[in-house]
Amino acid sequence: MVVVAQKPLHPLDEYLRTDRLPHIWCPGCGLGMILQAFLWSVKELYERGKIDPDKVVFVTGIGCTGRASGFVNFDSAHTPHGRAIAFATGVKLANPKLIPVVFSGDGDIAGIGGNHLLHAARRNFDVLVIMANNMTYALTGGQLAPTTPFTVYSTTTPKGNPDQPLDATKMVYALKPNYVARLSITHPTLIRESIKKALLKRGFRWIEVLSTCSEIFGRHINFRDPYELYERLKKVVKFRRPQSIDDIKYDWDNEITCGTFIDKDDPGWMETYMKMYGLEDKLGGL
Amino acid sequence: MRQEFLNSNQAVAEGAMSAGLNVYIGYPITPSSDLFEYLSEKLPERGGVVFQAEDEIATINALVGASLSGARTMTATSGPGFSLMAEGVGFAAMVEAPLLIVNVMRTGPSTGIATQIGQGDIIQSRWSSHGPYNLVVYAPASAQEAFDYTVRAFNAAYIVRTPAVLLSDAVLAHTRERVTVRESHEVEIVDRKKPAEPPSEYKPYRSDSSDMVPSFAYYGEGYHPIAESLSHDERGYYKTDPRIYRNLVERLVHKVERNKAKLVESRSYYTDDADIVFVAIGSMARSVLALVRDLRADGVKAGLFRPISVWPFDDESFVSSISGAKSIVVVELNQGQLYEIVKSVLWERGIKDMSLHKLDMILPELPGPDEILEEINSRGWRLW
Repeated sequence: MVVVAQKPLHPLDEYLRTDRLPHIWCPGCGLGMILQAFLWSVKELYERGKIDPDKVVFVTGIGCTGRASGFVNFDSAHTPHGRAIAFATGVKLANPKLIPVVFSGDGDIAGIGGNHLLHAARRNFDVLVIMANNMTYALTGGQLAPTTPFTVYSTTTPKGNPDQPLDATKMVYALKPNYVARLSITHPTLIRESIKKALLKRGFRWIEVLSTCSEIFGRHINFRDPYELYERLKKVVKFRRPQSIDDIKYDWDNEITCGTFIDKDDPGWMETYMKMYGLEDKLGGL
Repeated sequence: MRQEFLNSNQAVAEGAMSAGLNVYIGYPITPSSDLFEYLSEKLPERGGVVFQAEDEIATINALVGASLSGARTMTATSGPGFSLMAEGVGFAAMVEAPLLIVNVMRTGPSTGIATQIGQGDIIQSRWSSHGPYNLVVYAPASAQEAFDYTVRAFNAAYIVRTPAVLLSDAVLAHTRERVTVRESHEVEIVDRKKPAEPPSEYKPYRSDSSDMVPSFAYYGEGYHPIAESLSHDERGYYKTDPRIYRNLVERLVHKVERNKAKLVESRSYYTDDADIVFVAIGSMARSVLALVRDLRADGVKAGLFRPISVWPFDDESFVSSISGAKSIVVVELNQGQLYEIVKSVLWERGIKDMSLHKLDMILPELPGPDEILEEINSRGWRLW
């Protein structure tokens, strides 16, 4: 029998478990754009000889974004809710040659997993965290998220959100890890450029990506149409270079500040520890 | 091989290093912290890494990540920390990550008494979290056994690809005794079962062998395994199909039982002609053994059965140790957790001509033989 090499339908197919598609994400959801930006970044860095995809460990938690670990063709983990950063920490400790990437949602990373985020960032621990922020608990049907804007409706705050939202990027910025950026699916090229840069860095790297959930969050704020929600998000996204932490805003009505806020190259936790104990020969580059 | 004078926390640390420990992850908690401190100095000298996590939840999840990335990995904790780890223990069982958790039992419930002994975690150590699965649990009763069963527990974790628990206690942890420390080349070390197939054919949750254990590809080797906390098929793909769920979870439950012969361990003392057989684990078994010897000196035919593998339980040895006995007394520092295990073994074996007694001593300290005797007398049982 002659085996004909199958031509991939899409240039990113080799990075996907195509037998698991279609994915679970709704029409109008922004998560696919973030995942796509990540996959393009890996592909490009691989083709330029900068990264070995077999060393990427793709770690997610629970939620809509968390399901991405099932779709990608990397070593991957779909961990308990909130535990992706902790899991990724263990991966790096065990084998410094691996490149753990956490890809998860705002509830997972900034809510239930907030403590892990805080400590990984202040340690400048060697992991890349990409947090998709759709401002709601989408997979469970629209409950309050730590990122839900003030006074906005959710199914568990029927008279509006009484909490002030958490600006996760501002919190991470305060901890001064190696890389901090906030981007938006309304500006996809920038996401890709940011991920490419962050993938090649040591220490803790943070990329928040504002995303659209028209099916739930959009419905709650009367922006059920994906295009209208996209335009609404685009309106509040403002790119700035902050002079101080107070310049970083997370205000759904006026401005959500985006851009690259920190980009430095201090030694990460692994390098610091390994050098302290004379184990630097075990470090594996990236 | 060398002789050392160590407490059990230190003996566990030495055992773990001989068993090939690469990554220790911990969060300080009495009475386990000195084990963490001991390894913080010693493990990096052997090329390993020690990491202090922000809490026990981070600890257990990092252990799973480290285990799947090819490290031999462990932590030590005590009741409150072990409870926090429960969610991650279930995750480790679900994704079949071999790792070791040392639970140095203290007085509970809740914060209890941090510095004092307890035995209230026996049932918890067998299952830990929600959902059906089984762990492997060993309970040593001396510093030497703490060393030996740390090596054994690591092996058990790799034999069945599941977390293993070493149940120590606050008294044992800080009792110094002579320990023969064997180096890595002097102990038996069970390694992972490597995949025989190429990456394109690898299924991380498929087991073709009679031991029900899948082969184990680490991260970074090109096999692209998925650690899936959801119900999954052999590829690690999320499935809600009842048959797929059943295939997976029955395997998680039964693989420990299937490998039982390689895992079980117990010791019997003076049981050959015993009329009354005591059952106890850990430090408590030391006090009970002293009582057994006192009773023997008074002409009472007493014996002791000491389970070392609490799960799987060595029921064969237990049944033969009680073959001539008339009564069993289970002695423990809780409401009767070991008693429940013994009761179920007797029921399953159809042993009815036996009087079974629960000596539940809810104390925050280890009683001596006289106090145990006093407690027995206070219950009004006619045992001899």
